[in-house]
Order: sequence, then structure tokens, then C-alpha cells
Amino acid sequence: MSKIGLIIGREYKTRVRKKSFIVMTILGPILFAALMVAPAILMRLEDDDFKNIAVIDETGLFDQYSLKNTKSINFDFVSEKYFRGSYYDLSEAKANLKDSEHYALLYIPINALSANNGSVQLFSYQQPNMGLKMHISNGIEKKAEEMKLSKKAEELEITQQEIDNILMVANTSINVITTTMNDDGTEKESSTTVAMIIGYICGFLIYMFIFMYGSMVMNGVIEEKSNRIVEVIVSSVKPFQLMLGKIIGVALVGITQFVLWVMLTLGIVTITYAVLQKDFSTADLNPQTQIMGSSLTDATDVNTDDMAKFDDIMKAMNSVNYVGLLLMFLFYFIGGYLLYAGMFAIAGSAVDNETDTQQFMLPITVPLILGIFVMLSAINNPDGSLAYWFSIIPFTSPIVMLVRIPFGVPFTDIIISMVLLVATFIAMTWLAAKIYRVGILMYGKKTNYKELWKWLKYRN
Amino acid sequence: MNQTLVAENVVKKYSSHLALDKVSISVPEGCIFGLLGPNGAGKTTLIRIINQITAPDEGAVYINGEKLSGKHIAQIGYLPEERGLYKKMAVGEQALYLCQLKGMKKADAMRELKKWFEKFEIQNWWNKKVEELSKGMQQKVQFITTILHKPKLLIFDEPFSGFDPINANLLKQEILELKKNGSTIIFSTHNMSSVEEICDYIALINKSKKILEGEVNSIRREYAPDIYEVQYSGYFNKMIATLTSDYKILDVKEFEGGSKMSIELLNKEMTNNDIISRLTNFGNIESFQKALPSMNDIFIRVVSNTNSEQAQAQN
Repeated sequence: MSKIGLIIGREYKTRVRKKSFIVMTILGPILFAALMVAPAILMRLEDDDFKNIAVIDETGLFDQYSLKNTKSINFDFVSEKYFRGSYYDLSEAKANLKDSEHYALLYIPINALSANNGSVQLFSYQQPNMGLKMHISNGIEKKAEEMKLSKKAEELEITQQEIDNILMVANTSINVITTTMNDDGTEKESSTTVAMIIGYICGFLIYMFIFMYGSMVMNGVIEEKSNRIVEVIVSSVKPFQLMLGKIIGVALVGITQFVLWVMLTLGIVTITYAVLQKDFSTADLNPQTQIMGSSLTDATDVNTDDMAKFDDIMKAMNSVNYVGLLLMFLFYFIGGYLLYAGMFAIAGSAVDNETDTQQFMLPITVPLILGIFVMLSAINNPDGSLAYWFSIIPFTSPIVMLVRIPFGVPFTDIIISMVLLVATFIAMTWLAAKIYRVGILMYGKKTNYKELWKWLKYRN
Repeated sequence: MNQTLVAENVVKKYSSHLALDKVSISVPEGCIFGLLGPNGAGKTTLIRIINQITAPDEGAVYINGEKLSGKHIAQIGYLPEERGLYKKMAVGEQALYLCQLKGMKKADAMRELKKWFEKFEIQNWWNKKVEELSKGMQQKVQFITTILHKPKLLIFDEPFSGFDPINANLLKQEILELKKNGSTIIFSTHNMSSVEEICDYIALINKSKKILEGEVNSIRREYAPDIYEVQYSGYFNKMIATLTSDYKILDVKEFEGGSKMSIELLNKEMTNNDIISRLTNFGNIESFQKALPSMNDIFIRVVSNTNSEQAQAQN
């Protein structure tokens, strides 16, 4: 036993001290954190970017009240300034746009509101962002609706006030609250979106980890074989001990990296958000915001809306059982890794160098990629029979089951899947040990599956 | 004499061929035992069985009278023909690891390693990565890790390959030193001159079978043809005249003050004393010895004999 300990120690220490491990461990969380924080930062950057937009309004219907200015958007009605009462020349305005102080040119043609699906044009040298487009279309749609409504009011001979009342009564907003019920009668509010995202991330991480650490095992075996140190080692320890020590050592490397990633990512995200929050609150005190009286109410409207949504997401995220999920993740990560590590060890022992591994990688990559495909469809239908069977079959269960778990999976399914996974990885390790101990001492021969079958039948 | 290692009727089959066919050897304590044989004869398989890397299908191996078991791993030092080290690992750390795998305590291994590194004057290699060392330097490190745990039985598979003459000589001295300190050494090689120099016993394996085993000197005498080398001064012509019926003169070399000739004995009844008494009549004998065949000659002769016997048997 102490010899396995020595092997595990060596495998672990040499890998953890590698530059590539340290770089990955530091870069990973920065990347993850960037993915999580980037949208907030981008929003912030866009907010800062003040856009002055020239408006050519051929309809003459729009003004500061229908196209409202905001903190970062200012509408400049150029048609009124230069050619009051007559058409402003569009082509000339386009030609002048580059040298003008305007970010973009909004062109509202005379027939923009005549049909139900009207259109306006926005010319600019840079791709305008979503927010600007939304803001413009919202403003114009609202104006068009108002006009249609007041026309209808005239036809029906009712006042604008009455129309508003009718609209208020008719205004409906439906929010689908998903609640999962447990067998013991408790209920929990949940969010399908959040479950989908968490499931997807977990499934994908497992896929990535199995590949990453599995290849580490394979390359370790190939390294020992091509360095020719393996014969020295197996004269001191049993090949099975060497293989198991390597597999466990690499697993510990994986767990270390995962734990460091989670901690560092959380740390970076927390700090970044804290800094951003501080920035936001000082920005709110900015006098510029207070001057724009009309836009302020608009902005608060959006904020409360966003806040409500954010609250929902937070609530749904809190509804996820993270400890349970993390334990499941660790179980399926370790189980899946152990299952595939045996196969990676076979591939490594069968070849002399890395370039020959291709043919033995096929039985490894096919089920893993299949798992990813099933996962993508299982996300939409986590209780379908496809998702069920692939979350039971051990070769795909680590990926597919992780997608199902956030949606809630019957206890029996999990038990069956776990027992099968453990049984299969024990069988696979036994099989791998038999092939491995022959393979590591074979040199110079091109190996094929027939050869592996022969090795399997060798007596000790 | 105690037998450090005894292999009895060891049989090892691989799916398509027989690697060892009832091979028995016994290695006396404190000797250097040469395990000889052409490529693919089964030497490495036998060595792997002794090292418990693989198990025999039939037969058994005993070390100091005990059946081979896990505890013997710590008593054997093995330097395989295909040898190497982890290239990315530091020399000292790696040596420490390999010794610990052999069952040494870390502190003991450390102390012994320091001693050997000083002896070979390689202390400054301790923190170097193995890939920074030359091949010969790596071999030295490997040699140290093989013998560090003071094994009673050492197995060297082609130990001199990859060494330059200076280091090969250093290695030879170390091997002899180990023998003096009481280790038993099994030594597999193709290099026959090294066998003559350092081996006490040999076993010759060919095509999965042991075909010869014994003490080196007695084997050489046994395989010696009836050829004698005589150095003398005197009347050469008369000598020839009296001897022609019983001898064939193979070679004569003349030099200042005498000659040296090789003669083959045709009359098998004659003893050495008969020859000498006849020769003394005609000249002054300065030396007389039976010409011993080199191990190389014996190797080739025995191997080709058995091969042709087998070929005949098959026909």
C-alpha cells in the first residue's frame, strides 16, 4: 500500500509543479470570471459612450418627447434646424456624416408609419448596439401606436382618457412560475433557464475534465514506456499498482485544479462585482443624470424591471441545491474519469509514441461525443427516454445525468446509474490492468485490437 | 556452497511460442553468473520471471531456498537492458523515489545516495533534470539506484551497452567490488570477452532451452580441443621428425632465441607428461600449455551445434 502511496505522490507532485498546471490554474478562473463579468463591464462601457444621433424626420411627427434623450443618447433633429418645412437631402446628410459630430443618422421616411410593419433606417460607421436599436424602435412604435389609437378614438368618438383606461384594464403580464414538487410533499420554486444553464455547464465540464485528465494518464503511460523506465519500476511494484497509482494521482491533480478554479473564480467574480457596484453608485450621483429629468424616470423604470428579473434569477439560483449538485458533480466526475482513465491507460500501453494512439482513441471519443450530443437534446427534454437511457448507460451517464440533475431526477434513477457506473469502472480497471501489464513491456510492434485481445488472455 | 538462486524447470508460454522450455539454473552465492544466449533465446523472460514482472507457467524459482515472493523484491537489484529515467524529473528526487519503491526508508536512501554521489563525484547533478545529462551520466545514476538498497542478488542485463570504455571499466570495477562484498550477480550479455574476465559461472540458453551450464574454467577446459602451445629453444627439425605420427603442427612462430608452435594431438592416448618428456630430448621448453578456447568460440560452437541438431530432428 505504501508503494501505491509513493506512486500517487510522485504523479501528483510532478504534475502540480509543472508550469502548464500553474498557468492553467490561474488562467482558467480569469477566463471563467471574464465570461461572467464581461457582460456587466460591457454594459458599463457602453453606458459611458455618449452617442449623438442626427434625425431626419420626413413625417414631422417626432420630437424630444417621442424620441427621448438618455444619459448616453442624444437625438439631434437636423431636419428642423436646416430645412424647416421642406425635405432635407438624405444623400447629402449621409455624405456629411463622417465629418459631423454625429455618431449615426436616423432616417424616418414619410411612409414609415403608414403600414403595420414600417421601417426606419439607421446609418452609422460602427455597428450600433442592441440598446440603441431597441430604444429607437420602442420610441417610434409607441408614437405609431398612440397615433393609431387617437385616430381610432376619433372614429369611435371617445376621449383619449377612455382609451387609456381600456388599455390599462387590458394590460396583462403572465409570468410562468415553475415549481418542482418532491416526493416528500415539499415544493420548490425553480427556473428552467437556470437549470438548463447549470446542467449544461456541469455536463460540459465533465466532458472536458475526462478528456483532459484522461489524456494525462495516457501520456504518462506513454512517457514511462518511451523513457524505458517502466521495466525498472515494475521490478519494484506490480504493474497494477503503477497504473492505479497513476490514475489516482492524476485524479487528485484534477480535484485540486477544480477546487482551485472554483475558489479563484468565486473570488475574482466577487471582487469585480464589488468594484463595479461601487462604480455604479458613484455614477448615479453624477449631476448629469439628475439634470436629465425626463430620462431619469425612464431609466428607473428599466432598472426596476431588470431588478425584478434579476431577483427571479437569484431566487431560482438559490433554489438549486448546490451542495447536492457539487457532490453529484464530484461523484460523476470521479466515476466517469476512472472509467475512461482505464481506457486511456490501455491506449497508452498499447503504443510506443503518441502519434500511434489514434486508433485506440476511437472507443474513447465516440461515447464521450455521443454524450455531449445527447446532453444537448436532453436539456430540452430531461425526462425523455433518450435522456433516461443515456443517463443510465455508464459511458455517457457522467455527462447526461449531470444535465438532468438540476431539473430533478428520481432517486432510483440516480442509484441505478451510480451503481452501474461504479461496477463498470471496476470492470474496466480490471480489464485495463490485464492489457496494461503486457502492453508496457512490448516495444516496436504495431499493435491492433487483435493483439490487445491476445494480451488480455495472457496469464500473469 | 549455498545457492542464492535456483530456477527449477521453468516454463513460460506466450500465445504463439514457448519462451522458456524447462529451464533450470542454480546460481551459487557470491559469484558472478553469466546468462548467455543469442537474441530472443529467452534470457530476458527468465530475468523478468526472477524479478516477478511475470510469473512462470510451470516450475518454480527459489531465493536462498525460499520460494520467490513479494518480500524478495527488496533483495534484488535489477538493471534492465531497456533502461531509462523520467526525463523531466530532477536526478536526486528521482533516485530517492526509485530507492523508496524498493522499500528503503527515505532517510536511509538519502544518506546512501549522498555517499554514492560523492564517490562518483556527481554531487552537483542532484538538482539537474535527467534530460540535461548525457547518456553515460544517466547510466551512472541508474547504476547507483540499482545497487543502493544493497541487494543480495543483482541482475544486470547488458550492463556495458551505452558506456564508453572508461566508464565501462569503472562499472566493471564496481561489479567486482560488489562481488567482494558478498553480492551475487547475474549478468546477461553478448559480450563474451567480459564473460571471460569477470564471470565465475555461466548458463547458455538457446531457443528457449538451457544448453550449457557450469564453471567458466571447467567449461573452457571441457571444450578445449587437443591443442597445445609450446614455447622452446632448440632443435626444431629433430623435434618435428620424432613427433609427426602423433601430432599435427598447426603454426610455428620464430623469434629471437626461440620459437613458439601450436600442435594438435592426434594420438588421444598420450598424456601431457608423455608429450613433454618427448620434447625435452630436443630442446629447452620454456612454456607448455593447453590452448583454451575463448568463450566466444564455445558460444558459437554450442549454439550452431544445437541449431543443426534441431534442424536434423525436424527433418
